[in-house]
Amino acid sequence: KDPVLKKRDDFEDILEERRNSSDLRYAFKCYTPVLYRGLTPCKAATLKSMVLQSEQLLHVINQVSAESGESTDVVKDEAAAILEEMAHRLQLRTIRFFAYTLSKAFKALYRSVCVNEEGIQRLQQAMQEHPVVLLPSHRSYMDFLMMSYILYTYDLSLPVIAAGMDFLGMKFVGEMLRMSGAFFIRRSFGGDQLYWAVFSEYVKTMLRKGYAPIEFFLEGTRSRTCKSLTPKLGLLNIVMEPFFKGEVFDVNLVPVSMSYERVLEESLYARELLGVPKPKESTSGLLKARKILSEDYGSMHVYFSPPVSVRSLAQGRINRSQFNLTPRHVAQKPSEETQAFVNDVAYRIVRLQQENMVVKPWVLVATLLLQSVEGMELTELMEQTSWLRDLARMFGAFLDWPGTRPLNSKVVLGGPVIRRLPVHIPIRQVEGPQGPETPEEALFNRAVSVLSCASYRNQVLHVFLRPALLAMALSNANSSRKEDIYSCFDFLRNVFSDEFILSPGASVQDFDEACHLLVKCGAVELLHQDVVMAESGRTVLSFLTLLLEPFLQGYQVVCRYLREEATENLTEKQFIPAVRSFAVKLHLSGSLKCYEVLSSDLQKNALNALIRLNVVRRDGLMSNQVAIVSSIHGMLIHSAFSLEN
Amino acid sequence: FSCSSSGVKPAVATGLVGTVQQQDIMKWNGWGYADSKFFFNKKGQGEFTGKRYRLSGLILPSLKDWFEGTFGANLQHKSPPSLNTSAVAPPSLNEAFVEELKSTGIPFSHDTEDRVFRAHGHCLHEIFSLRDGRVGRCPDMVVWPNCHNDVVKIVELACKHSVCLIPYGGGTSVSSALECPPEETRSIVSLDTSQMNRILWIDEKNLTAHVEAGIIGQDLERLLNESGYCTGHEPDSMEFSSLGGWVATRASGMKKNIYGNIEDLVVHIKMVTPRGVIEKSCQGPRMSTGPDIHHFILGSEGTLGVVTEVTLKIRPIPEYQKYGSVVFPNFQQGVACLREVAKQRCAPASIRLMDNEQFQFGHALKPQVSSIFTSFLDGLKKFYITKFKGFDPHHLCVATLLFEGDREKVLQHEKLVYDIAAKFGGLAAGEDNGQRGYMLTFVIAYLRDLGMEYYVIGESFETSVPWDRWVLDLCRNVKERIVRECKEKGVQFPPLSTCRVTQTYDAGACVYFYFAFNYRGLSDPVHVYEQVEHAAREEILANGGSLSHHHGVGKLRKEWMQETISSVGLGMLKSVKDYLDPNNIFGNRNLL
Repeated sequence: KDPVLKKRDDFEDILEERRNSSDLRYAFKCYTPVLYRGLTPCKAATLKSMVLQSEQLLHVINQVSAESGESTDVVKDEAAAILEEMAHRLQLRTIRFFAYTLSKAFKALYRSVCVNEEGIQRLQQAMQEHPVVLLPSHRSYMDFLMMSYILYTYDLSLPVIAAGMDFLGMKFVGEMLRMSGAFFIRRSFGGDQLYWAVFSEYVKTMLRKGYAPIEFFLEGTRSRTCKSLTPKLGLLNIVMEPFFKGEVFDVNLVPVSMSYERVLEESLYARELLGVPKPKESTSGLLKARKILSEDYGSMHVYFSPPVSVRSLAQGRINRSQFNLTPRHVAQKPSEETQAFVNDVAYRIVRLQQENMVVKPWVLVATLLLQSVEGMELTELMEQTSWLRDLARMFGAFLDWPGTRPLNSKVVLGGPVIRRLPVHIPIRQVEGPQGPETPEEALFNRAVSVLSCASYRNQVLHVFLRPALLAMALSNANSSRKEDIYSCFDFLRNVFSDEFILSPGASVQDFDEACHLLVKCGAVELLHQDVVMAESGRTVLSFLTLLLEPFLQGYQVVCRYLREEATENLTEKQFIPAVRSFAVKLHLSGSLKCYEVLSSDLQKNALNALIRLNVVRRDGLMSNQVAIVSSIHGMLIHSAFSLEN
Repeated sequence: FSCSSSGVKPAVATGLVGTVQQQDIMKWNGWGYADSKFFFNKKGQGEFTGKRYRLSGLILPSLKDWFEGTFGANLQHKSPPSLNTSAVAPPSLNEAFVEELKSTGIPFSHDTEDRVFRAHGHCLHEIFSLRDGRVGRCPDMVVWPNCHNDVVKIVELACKHSVCLIPYGGGTSVSSALECPPEETRSIVSLDTSQMNRILWIDEKNLTAHVEAGIIGQDLERLLNESGYCTGHEPDSMEFSSLGGWVATRASGMKKNIYGNIEDLVVHIKMVTPRGVIEKSCQGPRMSTGPDIHHFILGSEGTLGVVTEVTLKIRPIPEYQKYGSVVFPNFQQGVACLREVAKQRCAPASIRLMDNEQFQFGHALKPQVSSIFTSFLDGLKKFYITKFKGFDPHHLCVATLLFEGDREKVLQHEKLVYDIAAKFGGLAAGEDNGQRGYMLTFVIAYLRDLGMEYYVIGESFETSVPWDRWVLDLCRNVKERIVRECKEKGVQFPPLSTCRVTQTYDAGACVYFYFAFNYRGLSDPVHVYEQVEHAAREEILANGGSLSHHHGVGKLRKEWMQETISSVGLGMLKSVKDYLDPNNIFGNRNLL
């Protein structure tokens, strides 16, 4: 299939009406959402008692009590306390309060908030028919506020949202969020059987009842890089189970792509990636942050993809009768088949989120600038941006471009684009206000700029990723034979699958897609069993190779560190600062030009990849040690990387 | 008793009980008696002809509205059958077999009509083709053994001359079990057991009766009644189905709560197989002698041999019978009540729960009321239930009950059940509603023929499923799947998709689905129907339902046998088949 042919809906700016009519009236408007047809409405408190009396939970309570020797009443109280801490208390009052205040805030922050109304209509339809799970991308704290705000605006059922416990640390605000539909889960509760039971039963009860759409972030946390994160499967597993067990006819998953012109946390993110700890969520911090209200965060696009039916996805993949032999209240460990299925669905949803992300012009500008650290002439930049726009469009990018004409100098200079380009462009070193700085400081500041800029480029990576991997494979494979190129492609894809969220099973598909796109843009030709570069393909291919270059270099540095400096007893905790100082050292000595290796995100991904590829081994759960396996395998990888250099 | 063979095809009404040829009083391309059928009269009112049923000769004023409203059908759009019997291929006879058969004096025929009549059961596709005048592979001849020994002779000859035998009882199969395998190259002989229809003895000390397996249900019951007994086995098809057929399909009767299903009723079975005759040496009530060989026979669907004689438990005719009914505010409450009744093991002889759609359908078959007073009373009842008790007419559902036994015990039992029902919001809704519910069971099959006249096709299918929430979830999911599949397959009108719980057990229930739709605008309605039914069955299996509770597997549900009983289980059954019938003489290819 050709991704370009994908038809996308039109957008509607929801702030426009807010600018023309009373926010107060809006907050007090008559709110009567259509409900799931099977729903008998119930209060948040009723929901809690349903969970506590559920067979599922009672079963686990009895088990825990038998194992621990505590009386069931004690365990029950424990469960009730967990639920109390977790459960939301959605009430319309609070929603109306938020509707009012957020209207004010959004109007101050954003020029427009664009929503695809057809998506909303599809969602409304789906909500009546089946339980709905909303799966937005996660780039900012704004995400879930914006989601609820939009659903309120369109008179749709408000979601209940899985949120991290960290918010509860914020006095008052945490409880406000709770009353607007957030429920709170601990970041990790690995072995806690009771916690898991309460949590999963709570979510499943809401889903089975069709109480409200359930919203959570597949990526688990905000992506600091504007790249998607590896999806977490726990909650996805939970929301699919009622379908597997026949408790509901179907579950609809609705991917939502939230694209920001500029993310609120932008400058924080770059610093976080460079090792400055993330500020703890606190109410005072929030109040201090109100200065952001005076800044311009451009426009925002929210795209609701068509609902994905779990039933149709599971068709032929999941044999539901496997659940027939155990009573439904007894939790079963998901079979391998089920796990693989859930995993595939997760990757698919992430891909759908990416596909409908809106790409702004300066995302392309940033992409080009990052490829020429020395800077380039403005006219050349404009020309190249135009060229890149056409290429991106051909590859199926969802572009939001001012006008239909090519970018002209007027737009770039006088128009909104360059002035609103919200990062410091690393064309020239920006002098700090306090005069001369130490080389370390200079490096840090420059890295902040580069990483900020990279977070823009990252927004378009998914468009070029597969062809770029192929381009890289083309220049590194031993021959032009298709099998050789494929095996090189497959290797690279494997190495970078944590970095770019590539589904483990889809290598062949991705390869075909990459070939298709590169043939289409005339960069390569397919001759019998060979894949060869076309005459005119040099520009495209070198652009694509350069696009992934920083990642390649980053991974090489990580490998070098592991080989040259790492000790036997390296713990995971020490790993990141150690790699960082190793890279800083290389930088200061002038032998390394790449800044992205300083990003803790890249370092983590590289480590995960090396562990996955059996180059590095995690020793024991307790010590969290990373032992280096100096196997031939490791050498192979290393040499492969060197080859490419 | 000695068995006599006259050598000619049995004549109609020879004076012997039950020797009336079913064929002559039954439809050849529809359900049941030829004289009984629904039709719309000139005024557009529904009517049921004949004299056999309570509904016979009555006018059903609401039928038309229900019919048009439910299916979007229109009385102007008729799809009359086109009769074309000449389409039947001439018989391919095994001359040597025929010659030797003649010498035994066992009657046989290769008359086209006889052959076509035994070439099908009552699956939708079978009846639909017949109405279209299309007939597939037919048996090449029909034989009418008169007794066990005749069967032994026929089976011996069939083995000797390599002829394929297909046993035929009442012909009410709904699993394609009677369909002749089109790939069969041998001559196919339909072995019609209808002449083996005598009660051979009744043993009042042990309360057993020894009966020939060809006897039809209603005849068996009537004859036993004459001696003051009954078997109590009343499958919905009992007017037409045979004892041998019940054994061969593991039948279930409406009143199984008192009398048990067929496997609980049989004490002894005699079956003729190509390997010889199989039977136990005594009639002990229970034995520990390895796996029960009866269980190889029960449900063998004519693949192993012919059941010729059966000893059944009998009971004195109950002193008192009482119908009853309960209205529930919704299906969920109804199921909860049935579950409680099953838990307390106090189920009446029969307890069934219809969903709302079926309740509405039951109303459509209400005859014209005779007096203003009854209609006033009906109105009052309706007012009480919907307005006073607040039941939503689009959600309420009805349980029908049948109590049997001593008068006093029945009344006690009745009170107990109504008390339980009250706990689940159930309101007693009178004897009449209950009785009508059971009567519907017998006439509903006739209704399909009416539908087919107006572009509406449909069928029922069943399953059994554990209690907890499977019953509810399964019903909802299957109904929804049917609606969805119909839409996807291009059915232009919303289908009727309804269910009822017809039997309760300690650990689960039997659920019956009715499914019908208006097929106007579809080029191949039967194919669409089959696809939807297939999808519905997959949904049943995915939701923890069984492949069949009592209809059997036949050829229709064969594809799911392996996943149902595991490949080892299937292998076990196959090895039994291989031992008993290595040359596949009983070649109907059901089940395995």
